[in-house]
Amino acid sequence: MVKNNSPLLEMRNIKKDFQGNQVLTDINLTLKEGEVLGLVGENGAGKSTLMKILFGMDVIKETGGYEGEILVNGVKAEFATPFDALAAGIGMVHQEFSLIPGFTTTENILLNREPKKRNVISEIFGERLNTLDYNEMTGRAEHAIEKMGVKIDANMVISDMPVGHKQFTEIARELSKEQLKILILDEPTAVLTEKEAEALISSIRGMASRGIAVIFITHRLHEILTVCDKVVVMRDGYVVKDVPAKQTNVAEITKWMVGRSVNSSAAKDSTADENAKVIMSIRKLWVDMPGETVRNVSIDVREGEILGIGGLAGQGKLGIPNGIMGLYEAGGTVELEGKEIALNNPRKCLDASIAFVSEDRRGVGLLLDETLEWNIAFPAMQIQNKFLKNLLGGLIKWRDEKAIHKVTQKYIDELAIKCTSSKQQAKELSGGNQQKICLAKAFALEPKFLFVSEPTRGIDVGAKSLVLNALKKLNKEKGVTIVMVSSELEELRQTCDRIAIVSGGKIAGILPATDSSEDFGLLMVSQVK
Amino acid sequence: MMNKNEQKISIGKKIGGFIRSNPVPMMFVLICAVCIPISGFSAGYLLNEIITRMGRNIFLILSLLIPIMAGMGLNFGMTLGAMAGEIGLILVADWQIWGIPGIILAMIISIPLSIGLGILCGNLLNRAKGREMVTSLIISYFMNGLYQLVVLYMMGSIIPIKHYSIMLPRGYGIRNTVSLLNMRQSLDNLLAINIGNVKIPVLTFLIIAALCFFIIWFRKTKLGQDMRAVGQDMDVARDAGINVDKTRIISIVMSTVFAGFGMIIYLQNIGNMPTYSAHSQIGMFCIAALLIGGASVDKASIGNVFLGVILFHLMFIVAPKTGAVITGDSMIGEYFRVFVSYGVITVALIMYETKKRKAKAKAGRQLELAQTGEDKQ
Repeated sequence: MVKNNSPLLEMRNIKKDFQGNQVLTDINLTLKEGEVLGLVGENGAGKSTLMKILFGMDVIKETGGYEGEILVNGVKAEFATPFDALAAGIGMVHQEFSLIPGFTTTENILLNREPKKRNVISEIFGERLNTLDYNEMTGRAEHAIEKMGVKIDANMVISDMPVGHKQFTEIARELSKEQLKILILDEPTAVLTEKEAEALISSIRGMASRGIAVIFITHRLHEILTVCDKVVVMRDGYVVKDVPAKQTNVAEITKWMVGRSVNSSAAKDSTADENAKVIMSIRKLWVDMPGETVRNVSIDVREGEILGIGGLAGQGKLGIPNGIMGLYEAGGTVELEGKEIALNNPRKCLDASIAFVSEDRRGVGLLLDETLEWNIAFPAMQIQNKFLKNLLGGLIKWRDEKAIHKVTQKYIDELAIKCTSSKQQAKELSGGNQQKICLAKAFALEPKFLFVSEPTRGIDVGAKSLVLNALKKLNKEKGVTIVMVSSELEELRQTCDRIAIVSGGKIAGILPATDSSEDFGLLMVSQVK
Repeated sequence: MMNKNEQKISIGKKIGGFIRSNPVPMMFVLICAVCIPISGFSAGYLLNEIITRMGRNIFLILSLLIPIMAGMGLNFGMTLGAMAGEIGLILVADWQIWGIPGIILAMIISIPLSIGLGILCGNLLNRAKGREMVTSLIISYFMNGLYQLVVLYMMGSIIPIKHYSIMLPRGYGIRNTVSLLNMRQSLDNLLAINIGNVKIPVLTFLIIAALCFFIIWFRKTKLGQDMRAVGQDMDVARDAGINVDKTRIISIVMSTVFAGFGMIIYLQNIGNMPTYSAHSQIGMFCIAALLIGGASVDKASIGNVFLGVILFHLMFIVAPKTGAVITGDSMIGEYFRVFVSYGVITVALIMYETKKRKAKAKAGRQLELAQTGEDKQ
């Protein structure tokens, strides 16, 4: 009888580190039957890692497992694979859709769990030749859809569906599993329209009333308050608050989410001239970058400033520089100093003296198998004919190895790049030093305008401040206008003059860096119409 | 009145849409339409030829459908099955078992060989996901070497071959052509009926129909459903617990086994077997025929097979004569055959990529549209 008194799910003292980097510390959670728990926190607060542990994802085991224990119905559970978690009644709807595009809703809901009929051939050749029982499939799928409480067409093919219906199909798939007791929804409303989100919220209530416990992860805080029984706020790998939803409000949650020791990061004193002329004007920009879609963005960048672009992951902040630089399909107009720049054509951007430091260091940023000299000099050589000697009146162009060596050495010293020599291969450097090479490469172009995307992602604290200082110096001494995209708000506040926050692919607002973290936090979770 | 007009417009639109979405078959309909009157062949002759060739080829081409369903593209793995079928035929020719029993025995011998080769090919292709077409093409060249080793050196020396009529004079290895005269069209002639001057090989068509029904039925089985899922998104299928690699291997094995049968049906119709070249271009011609029928790298139906065979062969019957009438050189027909096959495959591959790119561009247009919609509000 002990079982009945213990909560449905209990997580005790969960700890997790990735190579010594503590991402979760002493997490305690309890979840009762039919309870809806809202889990909130900034990017990197540890929500996803916690859910990966609960769902038995491979990545946890591959990185050394976790500490602490998970109890389901009071019994200790260990999930080696997601299939174990599924068997224990835990279902998860991921942020990315996991659907077969050419299948109908029904086929997707029952994927690999189809009811079957035996026949003569399958008796001989094994049960994989059983035919599918389409009537039974339709019945079960409709039952699952009914449980969800949202009407979707069971016979529609996924690729013809609006995004919202795809999301509902995923949820119905989890609900069709009879053993389901706990459903994890990872940002299910991020891709939904307001109406669809409302339908989802009401269906969560429906599920809860049937006794299914729901863990609801979202950045839209008002949704948490309308549907959840309790709110758990995570920050930097800790649970900072665990309160009933009725006793709190959006402002309070935001404060808990972002409210780190603010004294560590005094915002930069803005030196930029408020009345400086507009150097780049972006109008009605759309970018089709998978997972980072940009919708109808219009923004002016003033000459000589550092403009920050922040926002939560997947909201479209990365799409802005990648779209303008022509790495993803884009539309709208972008003008630099009054001249329009052709989109979808990286060369035109580079010719217009715009440089870009990509967030994808290894893929876009570096020639991994080449030397540092080549890496730094290559774009300048290709685009501006720098570091070249003309022979025979320019008929043959010869690399000027001396000049290349000199410029590489200069940046190695300036940015304190740790390497054995300027002839070392780029892939042998650490992440932070690779990032510095990417910066040096852009600096060597001597651009008028620089896009920097996630310049400090995955590098240590020391390298971080060096990279940020190098950017500030470039801005101050050479007067280069910089647009810096980063997920880390504090970093933006230290470096930038103004910060634009992107939410749902649109600009939610632009504030001076001196405004409070709470104001930025509110913008991040706001919905832009 | 209005209704009728509207109907007309919508039918016109539908036909227009059909032509636009099937440019390759339409092009060949056009070529045939121009060539047939110039060649001067009678309708009866053409019909007779087409029916013969349909019986000869369709089973082979149907063997391509299952790998396409499993997302492995236009697969040259079938060439391996064709080799297995040929080895079966060489052995029954040596044992002097002719007629229907010979054909059935050859098919039985080909099954274990096809399965073995299919498993090998499937395993290799699982290591080259996304590049199945070119990988299977190279595997088929490579296996051609092994086939030659077996047939040219091992048959007669290691594998006992008694009959001197099929052996090379030096005492081992098989002759360049193996005569199958004693089983020529024995399958086609059984139950054959003549309507006018047109011979219809009823039994062969019944076998083809059986395979068509099998494929239709197979799509509704659990395995068929798994193959379709794997074909559309391997990662999603794997996350759902489907054994992706095994499913892919099974699809290739089914293809090689059917191709082995198909090759035996093909060769019994022709009546002799060019030992070292019969299989070498068969994969390409089958793939070309399928593409001419309107299939693409990721989508093919039984209808595509039938339409493709009719158009492809119609062109090859009329093109040499047309060429002879126009240029006075009948060799142009053979030239045309190879030229068109490669051309069609190239066009189909390029169109597949363009289509993908177009779909991507469409996503962008939609974004733009949604945005202008907002501005108006």
